[in-house]
Amino acid sequence: MTTPAVAPSRLDDSPASSKKPFGKRILPYLLLTPALLALLVGMGYPLGWQILNSFREYGLAQQFGQPPAWVGLDNYITLLTDSFFWSVLIKSVLFMAVTALATVILGIGMALMMKAVSRPARITLQVAMLLAWAMPIVAQMTVWNWMIDQRNGLLNYTLSWIPGVDMIGHNWLVNPLSFFAVASVIITWASVPFVALSVYAALTQVSGEVKEAAALDGASGWQMLRRITLPIIRPILVILLLLQMIWDLRVYAQIELLQGFGSAGDRYDLLGTYIYGMGVGQGQFGMAAAAAMLVMIFTIGLSWFYVRELLKEDD
Amino acid sequence: MNTKTSTGKWIGSTAAILIALLWAFPVYWMVNSSFQTTTTINALTPTWFPFPGGTMANYKAVLDPSTGFGTALRMSVMITVLSLAVCIVFAFLASLAISRFKFRGRKSFVLAIILIQMLPAEAMFIAQYKMIAELNLLNTVIGISIIYIATVIPFTTWMLRGFVAGVPADLEEAAMVDGCTRFGAFMRVTFPLLAPGLVASAVYAFIQVWNEFALASVLLTEDASETLPLWLRDFAQPSAYGPIPWGQVMAGSVLVAIPVMIFFLIVQGRMTQGMVGGAVKG
Repeated sequence: MTTPAVAPSRLDDSPASSKKPFGKRILPYLLLTPALLALLVGMGYPLGWQILNSFREYGLAQQFGQPPAWVGLDNYITLLTDSFFWSVLIKSVLFMAVTALATVILGIGMALMMKAVSRPARITLQVAMLLAWAMPIVAQMTVWNWMIDQRNGLLNYTLSWIPGVDMIGHNWLVNPLSFFAVASVIITWASVPFVALSVYAALTQVSGEVKEAAALDGASGWQMLRRITLPIIRPILVILLLLQMIWDLRVYAQIELLQGFGSAGDRYDLLGTYIYGMGVGQGQFGMAAAAAMLVMIFTIGLSWFYVRELLKEDD
Repeated sequence: MNTKTSTGKWIGSTAAILIALLWAFPVYWMVNSSFQTTTTINALTPTWFPFPGGTMANYKAVLDPSTGFGTALRMSVMITVLSLAVCIVFAFLASLAISRFKFRGRKSFVLAIILIQMLPAEAMFIAQYKMIAELNLLNTVIGISIIYIATVIPFTTWMLRGFVAGVPADLEEAAMVDGCTRFGAFMRVTFPLLAPGLVASAVYAFIQVWNEFALASVLLTEDASETLPLWLRDFAQPSAYGPIPWGQVMAGSVLVAIPVMIFFLIVQGRMTQGMVGGAVKG
């Protein structure tokens, strides 16, 4: 893989003064307008609707024409005093922490491995990663569901090779803990490639000279990794971990599909399916909007430090 | 010393290949199962290889008009083409604005692009569902495309920005010194250099939209308006009439997955560059 030319593009950095012709000053805004409009319609309006209705009573009665009444923070208070909401929230956060950490650690491990091994081995590993990454979510889920099928699934068959173990007929999706473990394994399997290939791309940009200098100074492989390589690629590791956390917290499709494959019921809910069930399922749009806002606030809190760093660099 | 490192490398390479096989195994298993007959797939001992004894019967069954595969394919194509065309043009213009100009509000726009990617899209479903329902656009190509375009624009803009920034503005200026207009310089110098980046971003957006499941399951609720991922979900659902036809389900999965996976393999090198580039350039 070649790396892109990193020569910084020159910004048109003369101050926006009245000396510049009007056409030139307005051009960047014209270029931005279509994208901005699309974002306003597809994101801005729904976001506004959501914020507004999280403060209103908006249930089935309002669906049938009754005007929604302002209820202030009632929706939020109802949620935050509901033990079921808390149980879903805690489950989701634990699920996110385990899955995101496993993904990033495995991803870094794979990237270091790609760097260390011979070329054919590296390419084999990269192609395998790409195959897993490229698979559409629904196809991933149908294959895994087939592999864990209780009667003819490969997993139960293979486990039964172990002497004294007979797993044929074991349903992995009945026990909620086992259900979430399955979901976590599938999501980790599918997300590691993105992390591994991104970290590998970053590793190839670490200059060899720095490492040679460290090697001359007698640094061991482990010291080199901890003191030189990881700090250099730290910005990328931070954003990868953050993205994984955000994606794993809001996970919806995989849980929805696993539920469809045979474990319906709110014991198997994480935040995504919980909010969806409350809104579209039960028609409690006000409450669902408030729950979605809580998830959003939580996510923004997570990413706040990163965004602040980014803004500093942009100055 | 030398033998020691080469032995180490050899062990590492073997381990890497084993991990590779493990990681790619579900993909292999999907393909393998899709060629099995009903008898071999329901046998208590799995069949590890598709040949000899493989069959195309599962594919024939999936492609039969009664399964609705064709309808779903048409729906997926229409939604993807519309979303992609609009998204790429809009994102490209926006990426030019933020990488070639300095203007008031630029920083806010970049920040907005980053923030939108941080927002949990799944948390917005309820609001997006209500909006599309009120516009009477549930189960339509236009309705879901409106949301897809807005969802894909931020990342596409971000990726394209990395590519545009990779083409030095000096090149354009040189062409302008040689008598090109700014627009002419852009079209003759920068645009050809950007073409690979544009293709990579377009394929990225294509994969996002083509594979999207969650929002589609919310906005497309009728059988007739299902996209391929929704079709596959229904096809793989346990039914009251008998056991799941795993061979057919895997054949369906192959048909949904393989075209995208081929596209993906072709452009992925550039995609990772764009992502890393975007991140490095802040």
